[in-house]
Amino acid sequence: MALAPAPLALLRAGNLSRFHWLDFLGKASPWTSQHSLRMYGSVPAAGIVQQEDNSDLSDKILTEPLKHSDFFNVKELFSLKTLFDARVHLGHKKGCRHRFMEPYIFGTRLEQDIIDLDQTVRHLQLALNFTAHLAYRKGIILFVSRNRQFTHLIEKMAVDCGEYAHTRYFKGGLLTNAPVQFGPQVRLPDLIIFFHTLNNVFEPHVAVRDAAKMNIPTVGIVDTNCNPCLITYPIPGNDDSPDSIKLFCHLFGTTIKRAKAKRKQMEFLYSQQNKQRAKTGDTYQQQPGPPQLET
Amino acid sequence: MAAPWAPFAATFTNFLFIRGRSGLARSRVAWKAAATERRTVAGTQVLRLIHTTSPTQKKNVATSGREECTVAFIKKQIEEFNIGKRHLANMMGEDPETFTQEDIDRAITYLFPSGLFEKRARPIMKHPDDIFPKRRALQWGEDGRPFHFLFYTGKPSYYSLMHEVYGMIVDLDKCSDHLRAKGLLPQKKNQDLIGSRWLIKEELEEMLVEKLSDQDHMRFIQLLERLLTLPCGSTEEEYIHKFRRAIPVQSKTKLIEPLQYDEQGMAYSSGEGKRKTAKAKVIVYEHGSGRIKVNGIDYLLYFPVTQDREQLMFPFHFLDRLGKHDMDCTVSGGGRSAQAGAIRLATANALCSFVSEDEVEWLRQAGLLTTDPRVKERKKPGQEGARRKFTWKKR
Repeated sequence: MALAPAPLALLRAGNLSRFHWLDFLGKASPWTSQHSLRMYGSVPAAGIVQQEDNSDLSDKILTEPLKHSDFFNVKELFSLKTLFDARVHLGHKKGCRHRFMEPYIFGTRLEQDIIDLDQTVRHLQLALNFTAHLAYRKGIILFVSRNRQFTHLIEKMAVDCGEYAHTRYFKGGLLTNAPVQFGPQVRLPDLIIFFHTLNNVFEPHVAVRDAAKMNIPTVGIVDTNCNPCLITYPIPGNDDSPDSIKLFCHLFGTTIKRAKAKRKQMEFLYSQQNKQRAKTGDTYQQQPGPPQLET
Repeated sequence: MAAPWAPFAATFTNFLFIRGRSGLARSRVAWKAAATERRTVAGTQVLRLIHTTSPTQKKNVATSGREECTVAFIKKQIEEFNIGKRHLANMMGEDPETFTQEDIDRAITYLFPSGLFEKRARPIMKHPDDIFPKRRALQWGEDGRPFHFLFYTGKPSYYSLMHEVYGMIVDLDKCSDHLRAKGLLPQKKNQDLIGSRWLIKEELEEMLVEKLSDQDHMRFIQLLERLLTLPCGSTEEEYIHKFRRAIPVQSKTKLIEPLQYDEQGMAYSSGEGKRKTAKAKVIVYEHGSGRIKVNGIDYLLYFPVTQDREQLMFPFHFLDRLGKHDMDCTVSGGGRSAQAGAIRLATANALCSFVSEDEVEWLRQAGLLTTDPRVKERKKPGQEGARRKFTWKKR
């Protein structure tokens, strides 16, 4: 039991109230942690072993992906060539360049900035991996964009993968004043993905700042005229071409669906293992390591 | 949500609310009356002495938050109301099966006589649906995930509607491109839209159960208009009709009474009219010689002034039926001119039954069928009359 609480405790270092949902999902009942601490050295009764198994199960499900660097294999979803074909490397003109985007820019050609796709690949892999982990842990993902050309596409994609979208006028206190606007027990998004970091008047979207205020991690596609500062996982890339936005939609949609499918698979697998263990009746048997799951 | 006094709460006194000005379900005042109540709990009879006296036991509903009005709570309240209704019927010695809301109100006024002047402050016992305001059902499940994918926008129904309509527009665009390439573009027909109007903002708000702004409504109507410019299939037409309301045609609202026949077989028609404070009822006979009787008196004697008699004449003169009908009228109230005007309106209403639809329309356009809305304007304080001010003195 020493191993299991440690990574979870790292995650709980943040806002307690937000991750209380993880507790709800991770354990069978609030009291299992107490029972699982074998402080008294006595043989635990059979009922408590059942609860132990459940908490073991949920802990295993949650900690298993964290042991691998690319558990969901997001690297195979795209390559540098696909990004190039979707025109992700095209930035704005030199005059629109944001100072903080200079590290991500490969160079300029006829006054148009070209984004460094090597860095984009790395950032995109990190971002997709993070999204996948969050979707695996049943977090709420909110897609935000204020570009009216792609509103319909993004909303369709959100419905498709079972997450949430906000491509409309952003009311001021949505994240910061949510209990008043929605209700006392509302759950805020656990991840916000920006397809467009700027709003219709080319100013940074309010949600970037509000998410930073509410300790919500953000993933965002930052173009050469955007400010990547407050975004946790920026992805330098083109946010104006339809092709590039379609590619990003496809990538995010696939990762989320993949992660949710993986979760179901893991739950099924571990519940099967538990049933087998219950049949053999061997309560002290060490859990065999789960097989490496390939997609 | 656990309250220490919950076991003491009577099913009976629970839903007797004193409705203060702050709203319906906001205040539950502790009753100082001691009442006994027999309550069947799981088959056993439990006699309970119920008296809620101390203010510490009072539960402030306003601060207890939104958990109060959950579906389970409302269901419980409805059950308690029904049980209480039966108890009340037994107490009053009436049949519980046929105990209506009026009987309940009478029983409550009898059992709890109140000297309060404000009617809304007196004790009431009504169905919980009438007392608790309708709330939107909780929008997220047990794990906290909202049900609607646009929940975080604040107006999920409105934006999902816009999303749907835009989706239809995009599909129709593609369809029309295919059809135009083949040259099979159908003709636009706009006949279905005549005689109907778009929903107004209030109606849309009611439909979506959400507050909207004027710009939202305007945007929505613009989107629908854009949908109309494309070649719509039958599904789209049906969809659009959901957002249109029929306009009632003005001139067709007049109900024309059919002719009635008296003992001699003479056809007659009656009409009513009013003007200022005068009210008139008129019976016009089909065949006659132009004899008019007002309140039993001949019209020449009742209305000595020519102008009033001209008013009586006008409907007949307009229809060229001057000497052809007999008339009996009763009139009360008002002055001589007002009574004349009232009889004129009543006559015109009565004559509609004898006359074709076109002539009814002519009557309406001549203003013979419109009640004159002018009444005496009230006198205002600080002025001598309705409009006349006191004499202005410079110094």
